[in-house]
Parts: sequence; structure tokens; C-alpha cells
Amino acid sequence: MDAIRLHVNGKALDVRVAPDTPLLYVLRNDLGLKGTRAGCVEGQCMSCTVLIDGRPQTACMVPVSAVGDQHVETVEALAGEKSNHPLLDGILEEQAGQCGYCLAGMLMRAKALLDRNGAPTRADIVAALDGHLCRCGAHVRILRAVERAAQAGRART
Amino acid sequence: MSTIASSPSLTDNPRCCDWLDLSRPGRVVLKSGKVEIGQGITTALVQIAADELDVAPGIVTLISGHTALGPLEAGTSSSLSIETGGRAVRLAASAVRAILLAEAAKLLQAPIESLSVDAGRIAVEGRETDLTYWSLAPAVDLTAPVMDHARPKAPAERRLVGTSMPRIDLATKAAGPGFIHDVELPGLLHGRTLDPPAAGRRLEAFDEEAFKRAFPTVQIVRDGSFVGVIAEREDLAVRAIAQAARLATWSQGFAVPALMREAIAADAAEPETVIEKGDVSAAEGRLISTEIERPYIAHASVAPSCAIATWNGDALEIYSHSQAVHDMRAPLAKALGIEARNVVVIHVPGAGTYGHSGQDDVAYEAALLARAVPGRPVRLLWSRAADFSLAPLGPGAIVRAEAKVNSGGRITAFSIQSQSQAHVSRPGRGGTLNLVAAERLATPLQKGKPLDVPVERGGGADRNAVPLYAFPSIHVSKRILLGLPYRTSALRALGGYANIFAIETLMDDIAAEIGADPVAFRLRHLEDARAAAVISKAAEMAGWPGPRAQGEGLGIGFCQYKNRSAYCAVIVRVVCDERVRVTHAWSAVDAGEAINPDGIKNHIEGSIVQSASWTLKEQVAFDGDAVATRDWEAYPILHFSEVPEIEVDLLVRPELPGLGVGETAMGPTAAAIGNAVNRALGIRVRTLPITRDAILAAG
Repeated sequence: MDAIRLHVNGKALDVRVAPDTPLLYVLRNDLGLKGTRAGCVEGQCMSCTVLIDGRPQTACMVPVSAVGDQHVETVEALAGEKSNHPLLDGILEEQAGQCGYCLAGMLMRAKALLDRNGAPTRADIVAALDGHLCRCGAHVRILRAVERAAQAGRART
Repeated sequence: MSTIASSPSLTDNPRCCDWLDLSRPGRVVLKSGKVEIGQGITTALVQIAADELDVAPGIVTLISGHTALGPLEAGTSSSLSIETGGRAVRLAASAVRAILLAEAAKLLQAPIESLSVDAGRIAVEGRETDLTYWSLAPAVDLTAPVMDHARPKAPAERRLVGTSMPRIDLATKAAGPGFIHDVELPGLLHGRTLDPPAAGRRLEAFDEEAFKRAFPTVQIVRDGSFVGVIAEREDLAVRAIAQAARLATWSQGFAVPALMREAIAADAAEPETVIEKGDVSAAEGRLISTEIERPYIAHASVAPSCAIATWNGDALEIYSHSQAVHDMRAPLAKALGIEARNVVVIHVPGAGTYGHSGQDDVAYEAALLARAVPGRPVRLLWSRAADFSLAPLGPGAIVRAEAKVNSGGRITAFSIQSQSQAHVSRPGRGGTLNLVAAERLATPLQKGKPLDVPVERGGGADRNAVPLYAFPSIHVSKRILLGLPYRTSALRALGGYANIFAIETLMDDIAAEIGADPVAFRLRHLEDARAAAVISKAAEMAGWPGPRAQGEGLGIGFCQYKNRSAYCAVIVRVVCDERVRVTHAWSAVDAGEAINPDGIKNHIEGSIVQSASWTLKEQVAFDGDAVATRDWEAYPILHFSEVPEIEVDLLVRPELPGLGVGETAMGPTAAAIGNAVNRALGIRVRTLPITRDAILAAG
């Protein structure tokens, strides 16, 4: 077990874990951030996508020791006490989910997209999310939710 | 009151208090045995109860799928939750309202007709009183039978039902702890189990001593060929099971004919007649036939199956995302050698489920592990590979259908035979055990012979094999194969997926043969006005028949699910270049009363996408007795870039009972794709999935 300091959603947090522990388990079990979903845990379904220094990565494939000083963002950062990030509002307004398990990872991928491109085309959104699996078939609504969020984000700025 | 139809859910749970509790001031506690599997049922149930009681939905707390606290209803399956569970909630809420208003009328010495309710507060002639549901509740007897008091609102009086209320659970599921995987309990331990290469394999050697040396703090549980580990940390359990896998040697598998066609032909099963009407052999007309083949299909839920088990003495508490929380208790108890009344199951949602996946198996295995640590809860999460290879599959099938068409362009006779393994082998069904790990204990518990579903309950292999079209003579039969080794059970639409593909592609073939338009040809054979209406509506939405162009085309498919649930017509547009792309889908649905119109649309959209995924891409591959497709690379599903634009229209009939919509689009979508490919390329593909290879082989 090593003492490791992580920077998650703007906070410095200390954990004692084996250095090769996947970030997924540290977020969920040591830090109590359950919003990052464990899916295949093989890097294929993208359910556990988080942002590390703004880049989307599957938390199941990243050893916690590799994170270092980089800033980790999880889906919890999108749900505010007073207001949500437009992406989460977009999901709720479009009712863009069925079981909802895949949404957290998609939200983080979409955040990375909107952070660098505030006016993505439908094709841009499809390309960004294409590796993310959804078994219930909520895809079309999820695409609309991201488009809605992009519009809301542009309206705000 | 005798004219009000009851619900089967009330048979075992007849009292008002089985469904509702008003003991918390300002709150309505609603109890249901139906559970959330991603379909939005919990939102619909809250809507129904709040509407009948005239309270805000926000004050309704739902207890769903709790076997100690809630009604013991049949499982959440077969698209019945609105039809039976929703009806029971409506009747119970209306009965509670009537009982409370009768008490208020007595206290106020006012005629009951002069009373109204707003947010649980009683008014007389529109004037507020001090009386509320909660002040009245202690004086009334909610053990009264629901059916003695039920008086549901007339359709025009409903205010919440029929509106698209947002899902009550979506925000937590998008960004919070919304799933069984997220449940925290004091002292929770983490379990993992060792995956055999196939369900029936035996552990020939396992170096337990080496394992214990490597992982001294990890508890190992072994019973015959069942091996599991329990650890304080999840990452430790994951590392430990990986090491255990390296120390295990499994028995060899056995060969099975690689071609399903051969395996099915070689099986000793006899055909059984399901329905016979008229004499198909005596009918006049030209014979046109088809034979279609569907592969085994995986549930492929985005998250593997999960459960939490805690033992306290002989009492077992299970957190589960099973669709059959009540029904699993007896088989679980039998397999564990305890009394069923000592098993409490509490439902917590997992990722979406679409039938009988590994959800019950994992609960049993969690109980096997937790027995080693009395008083401590153990969460067991299956591996991705286990979910693909050990959970039941939707069975592969061959369906033969033939029809005779006379010189007037009408079908005079229709025959169909469905051949597959059984479609339902849920634990407990027909006395079977069917828990996959029970077969690899030191003293194995045999699963028993699987039973298919009788046609009175919607049928299994023969689901939707009986055509809704008005054919003068029909013969429907099925052949349930018992010699194949694969583990099969209920997957969305059961046999209805392949049977509707067979019937609806044959309808197009016959229409083409006689030069008829496929939509007109279907309408010619329908006496059911609701069926005709959804087909006509879908045709209008899609601009049927659309422009003819090489490599592009529209195709249609239709069914009424189980010939008794929702009516659904689907039209798709395909573009065929290096592969088949479904670019657009239009669907018209008649589900009678729509509790939550957007919820229905969402569900239909999702089933169109899932069916398109099955139809274009999915196929479980085997290596002898073992499933070879064990991860997402080997078993791809439809991606964002392959999903069509979808438009759904509901033909709402508020005066008619709400009908289940969860499965109705599966068969029609498959048939629509097959028919569209045929119109685009002039090639009839009869082997699913419709891949480039399948098209080349058929063309």
C-alpha cells in the first residue's frame, strides 16, 4: 500500500492503495465517487470514462500511480447543488436514457468534446461517442442531449 | 363494482395495505412487485397512484421489488407490468381514496359526491377542510379488500396519467449512485468467482495451497468445481481471482455440430401442434414457403450481473437486480437447503436487463460465498466473460413457414413450425432449479428439464407464431430441442423475434410474387382495425412506398405482441453499400391507454435500435460446448454511427386498457430490415444476422 495524493473534481484527496490499483476502484471504493461505472473493466465499453487533465480515459485501464498530479474529473462534477452542467440538464430534458448505466461515461466524453469545440456538428458528436456502448438503444436521444447542451453552453457565454 | 376488471396481481395481494401505506404524514408509500430494468415502470406506477389519489407524484415513495415489505407479484417480464401491475396499483389507489373519502363524508356529514381532494386535503363543495388523508388514515381499515372498494377514475378525469412525466430515477442513474453496484453496507466484502470455460465443465485440478500462499488475506470458498474469493478490497478480489484462474485446470469440452441446421436436424425432439384451424392441406392455392434461421443471441447488458448477500443464521438477505425477485426465493432456498420464507430479496436496479440473464445465478453465487462470512454482506460481480458465456442465451432457431395464395391474391392456408431450445427456464419455473453454479458443486444439483411457455401464456418458441392475419386455415407447431448443450432462456420477445421475421418476410415474398404492394397486401388480410391503423399510420409517416433506387429501399414489419399486447408497425429505410445501414425508422404503436407517452416512445426507440443490432450484427459463436464470444470485440453491438433516426407515433386510446410495449417492436424491426434489403437489392436474406457475408451467400 502506498500513500497517494489525487486531485479529483478540484479537491486534493489522499488514499492508501496498492499503486497498480485501477483508478476505477479508487474512485468508487476509496473516494466514494460511485458515478463512474464499472462496465466490462476491459477497456472496451467505455462506461468508466473520466477526464484526466481534460482527456477522456477509461478508469479501469489506468493504474492509480499513473495519475500523478494530473487533474481527474468525474461525472459528479456535472451535478451541482444549485445548477447542473448543461450536459446533465440535456440528458434530463431529452429523457435521454433507459437503464442509464452508460450515461456517466458518455457525459464525460461529451464534456471533453464541448470543452474544445463549443459548436460540434452531429457528426462530431457521433464520432466522439462512437466507442461508447449503450444496450438499451437511447442513442438518438443522447445525441440530441449533447446538441442541446452545446446550444445552452453557447447561449450562456 | 362487479363490472370493474381485477388484476392477477391482486390474487395473492388482495388488501389495500398490500399496496399503499399512509402512516407517514404527508407521504404516500406505494408498494409494487414490479421492478425498474430501464423501462421506466417505476415512474409509470407513481403516475398511476398519484393520479388516482389526487396527490403530487413527488410525495409518493415507491418500494419496488422488496419481498418482505411489498406485494409478492409475478416477475417483471412478458411486457405485463402495466397490464397487471399497473392495473393493480390503479385499483388499490382508487380503493384507498374511496375508503378515505367515505370516512371524511361521515365526519363532515356531507354527501360523498360533494367531496374532492387536492394534494391529499379534503374539500367540501370546493371549500377546504382540516381533513387530510393522513388525519383520516388512522380511523380506516386498509386491510379491506381492494376489489370491494375500487372505483378507478374515468379516463377524462385523469390528470397525470397520459402526460410525459420525467423519469423519477434518471438523474441519479446519470450521475450518482443509482445501481446495485453502488450500494454501500456496513462491513461490505467483495467477491469474485472462477469462470469455467463452459457451464458444464468440472475443475480437474486446483492448487489451493499455492493460492493461499499468494493471497493469505483472501478467503477462498470451494465446493466441488465452484470456486470463489472474498476480500476486503475489490481490487484485491480481482487480483486474487486472476491468480486462481492460473492455478485451475478444467475438464475438456466436447464437440457439437458447428452448423445449427445440422444440430437441429439431428435432435430427437418431436414436433407438437400448437394450434390448428381448418385444413391447410385441403386449401387451394399456390404454395410459397420460407425457412429462416436466427443465431443464438446474448443479453449483453452493459454491466455484468451483480448481487449482495448477507447471512444471519438461517436467514438470507439478497440485494438483486433480478426481474423475478419473488420467484427466485423458492429455487434459491431449495438450492441452499433453507426455507423460502427465510429468504428476503430486495431489488436494486442494475444495468438494463432484457430477460433472464445471469441476474438470478449471481444472487445464488453471492449466497454461496457469503455463507463463509456470517453477518457480513458480500457483493459478487460477475466478469464480463461470465455474463457472455455462462448466462442463458436467447436460443438460435429455425422457422419454416409456408402459405397458399389463390388466384384472387388471398392467402388460403398458412403453416409455421418453430424449432429451438426452450425459451424460458427461469429458476423455479416448472420445478426446475437452473442455477448455473449448482451444477458444479461437489454434489451437483441438476437443473431439470426446461419447459417452454404454453401458448395460453403467450408461448415460447411459438410466441407470435400464430399470425394475426385472417387466414382461413392455419397450422402452428413447435419442436423444442433437448439435445443441445447450450443454456437458453428468455430474451426479449422470445420466439416472437424469429417468428415475426419469418411471417412478415414471407408476406412480402408473396406480395412480390403476385405483384401486390406489401402494405396493401397486409391490409387485405387484416380484420383487426387497430392492426390496420398502425400499419397505415407507419406507411403515412414513412412516405410509403418511397422512391425506388438501386441499393436503397423501405421495408415494413408488423405484429401485435403475443397477439394481445401492443400493436406495432415498423418501417425502415436501408442503404446497402459495403454493408447494410438502417438510416431511418418510423413506427406507429397502439398500446391502448398511454400512461406515459414519452416513456413508450423511448422504449420503442430503444427496441428498434436493439433489434437492428441483433438483426445486422449479433451472433453468439461457439467452440464446441463453450461460448467463444466472450467480450465486446468478439460480440459487437450497434454503435452510435450505425443508429438510425427514429420517429415514433402513438395511436392513443385512453378508454382502452394500457398494453405492454417492451417487446412489441423487436420482430417488426427485424422483418422491416429484411424486407427493405430485399427491396433495395432484390436479395432475400433468410439467415440472420443480415451481414455482408449473409447477403453474398443469399444473392
